[in-house]
Amino acid sequence: MSDEYAIDVRGLNKHFGDKHVVKDVGLQVRRGEIFGFLGPNGSGKTTTIRMLCGLLKPDAGSGTCLGYDIRRDSARIKRHVGYMTQKFSYWDDLTIRENLDFVARMYGMPDRLEAVDRTLKGLGLMERANQMTGALSGGWKQRLALAACKLHDPELLLLDEPTAGVDPGARRDFWEELHRLSAAGISVLVSTHYMDEAERCHKLAYIAYGSLLAQGTSQEVIAAQGLITWAIYGGNLAGLSETLQKLPGVEQTVLFGAMLHVSGRDGDLLERTLRATAAGAAFRMEKVDTNLEDVFIYKMKQSADQNGIGT
Amino acid sequence: MSPLDGFSLSRWWSLVLKEFLQLRRDRLTFAMIVGIPIVQLALFGYAINTDPKHMPTAIIGADHSEMTRTMIATMKTSGYFDIVGELPDEEAGRAALARGEVQFVLNIPAGFTRRVLRGERPALLVEADATDPMATGMALASVNQLARSVATKDLTGPLAFLAGGQAPFEVRVHRLYNPEGITRYNIVPGLMGVILTMTMVLMTGLAITRERERGTMENLLAMPAKPIEVMTGKIVPYIAIGLIQSTIIILAARFAFRVPFAGSAVTLYLAVLLFVAANLTVGITMSSLAQSQLQAMQMTMFYFLPNILLSGFMFPFQGMPAWARFIGNLLPLTYFNRLTRGIFLKGNGWWDLWPDIWPLMVFTVVVMAIAVTFYRRTLD
Ligand SMILES: Nc1ncnc2c1ncn2[C@@H]1O[C@H](COP(=O)(O)OP(=O)(O)OP(=O)(O)O)[C@@H](O)[C@H]1O
Ligand SMILES: [Mg+2]
Repeated sequence: MSDEYAIDVRGLNKHFGDKHVVKDVGLQVRRGEIFGFLGPNGSGKTTTIRMLCGLLKPDAGSGTCLGYDIRRDSARIKRHVGYMTQKFSYWDDLTIRENLDFVARMYGMPDRLEAVDRTLKGLGLMERANQMTGALSGGWKQRLALAACKLHDPELLLLDEPTAGVDPGARRDFWEELHRLSAAGISVLVSTHYMDEAERCHKLAYIAYGSLLAQGTSQEVIAAQGLITWAIYGGNLAGLSETLQKLPGVEQTVLFGAMLHVSGRDGDLLERTLRATAAGAAFRMEKVDTNLEDVFIYKMKQSADQNGIGT
Repeated sequence: MSPLDGFSLSRWWSLVLKEFLQLRRDRLTFAMIVGIPIVQLALFGYAINTDPKHMPTAIIGADHSEMTRTMIATMKTSGYFDIVGELPDEEAGRAALARGEVQFVLNIPAGFTRRVLRGERPALLVEADATDPMATGMALASVNQLARSVATKDLTGPLAFLAGGQAPFEVRVHRLYNPEGITRYNIVPGLMGVILTMTMVLMTGLAITRERERGTMENLLAMPAKPIEVMTGKIVPYIAIGLIQSTIIILAARFAFRVPFAGSAVTLYLAVLLFVAANLTVGITMSSLAQSQLQAMQMTMFYFLPNILLSGFMFPFQGMPAWARFIGNLLPLTYFNRLTRGIFLKGNGWWDLWPDIWPLMVFTVVVMAIAVTFYRRTLD
């Protein structure tokens, strides 16, 4: 029994038919940590999370969740984990209050009505408590789902893309709430596609094609790639990007609106190429810190090449 | 402006193609499109017989003579009666009729032949289980004709005088349980099982696939509820619904359709509970197999069709060919129909009902075992 880790799993594998969807994934999430889980669509994030809370049986691998064995103790894990599914999974044909009340009953909460009222107040949905849940907008459904999965005071939250479709204001509130929970000792594993959210996590894991490609703090993940990045502004960036891609030292170009990121591992070679090609009045360029997005795009391409899948 | 203004043939054709593409991928619908007509043709064409023959008949024979043997042989060759055995006395005959083991009992009284020869015109007694008037109608209509032909065949030579004019003996027919031959008496108790089959299987099937289709199953499974709690929690409301439905049907049968109720209400409700259990296990199994509510609905239809046609609800069970009876014997509705009709019209008690109770129990246990093996504890 480890007290240090909220999640400590190794060698998780899952097949669907002959599709190997999760390959040897290991995750170590410390208690009280906010752990970001990133990866492209279909990379196996949801599948991994489902294995953590006992909804899927791993084909291989073992480990603990809150100190309970993920294979044998899934009943106990469920009691102490709050899982928010990627797809909204509360009952559209129950009212908001009825949904929360049902959840509270399922977890056998002693002060059920109070907990429901508290949650409704926190959401600001007190006036709409008796509305059908199906009538809520997409973003509000997300907020309700999040509140519902915290209702039973879990020690670990597994959140599968909790902020997809949520407006920026609500997203900021949500992340502030997560940090409050984390400060109170609650551990959080959150999957997301937003880089700004990734940067708010204490630690990150990046998964692509079912394999874990990186794990650590965002600085560690970035540093591990050893990428040098230049930002270029002005002129025809799309055309420049295409030209640069074929030149020596340039391993990746990423267009961010009015700015082009050009990265490579060989800093000197990259700089020489850039000075030869893009120097001039039309473009302005500077050396910048490689950001997470650069790294993830780089990793994804790498693993796509390894998996023989063209991008 | 005509609705055809701006009609694009190529757009229309893409819609048609898309529909075909989707139809081809939806295997179950495709199977139904092909399967249902075949099943219906087979059932209506072969199984259904409005002139049911080969009804099991028992004989209480206290008199053995050339004439009674001829009578029995003539009944056999008429095709309506299959002689399945001899019974010692009238009591045994009634019991066999009550349990539905035989459709007819031919009772030949002691000294029958002697009395014929004396010209006393004695009576042969045919007792019929007339619960389903359709099953017995044609056969009973034929017996008097049969008796006359026996007379002309057997009574020759010095006895020929007996053959002329009136038949030398009469055949008295007792229609038991439904003496006036009112079809409604048979249909209404039968409807109970039909309605329960439809709603129980469909509703449990839908209730569980609905959770899966909407994604709420994942949420439910992630909560501490045990699978058995989820399952039984979902089922119990439908048991209540089944009981309410039955009550409505019983009351309607009694007061709107004036169907006699000879048996015990407690027995009937216990039988209903057993039958509801059998159907719920079918519904659960289907919901484990079905990927969507639509599929659950289609599977229910597929299950419903043979139930309604081969269970003796629409057509006399004993009049169906052997293969149809074989299928019918696998369906719970077959047994439940006998139970309800037995309780309503014959006033059967547990002992008489037992032959139709244990198959329901076996069915429930077997299908429950299937349901448990197919039940998905996780999302795999
Ligand atoms: N029940 C299932 N049966 C078969 N294949 C599945 C099933 N669930 C997921 N998959 C496959 O497993 C792979 C990983 O899916 P998963 O949902 O874990 O990805 P994800 O990382 O959560 O993607 P996203 O970011 O789009 O949510 C995908 O290729 C998906 O098609
Ligand atoms: Mg996912």
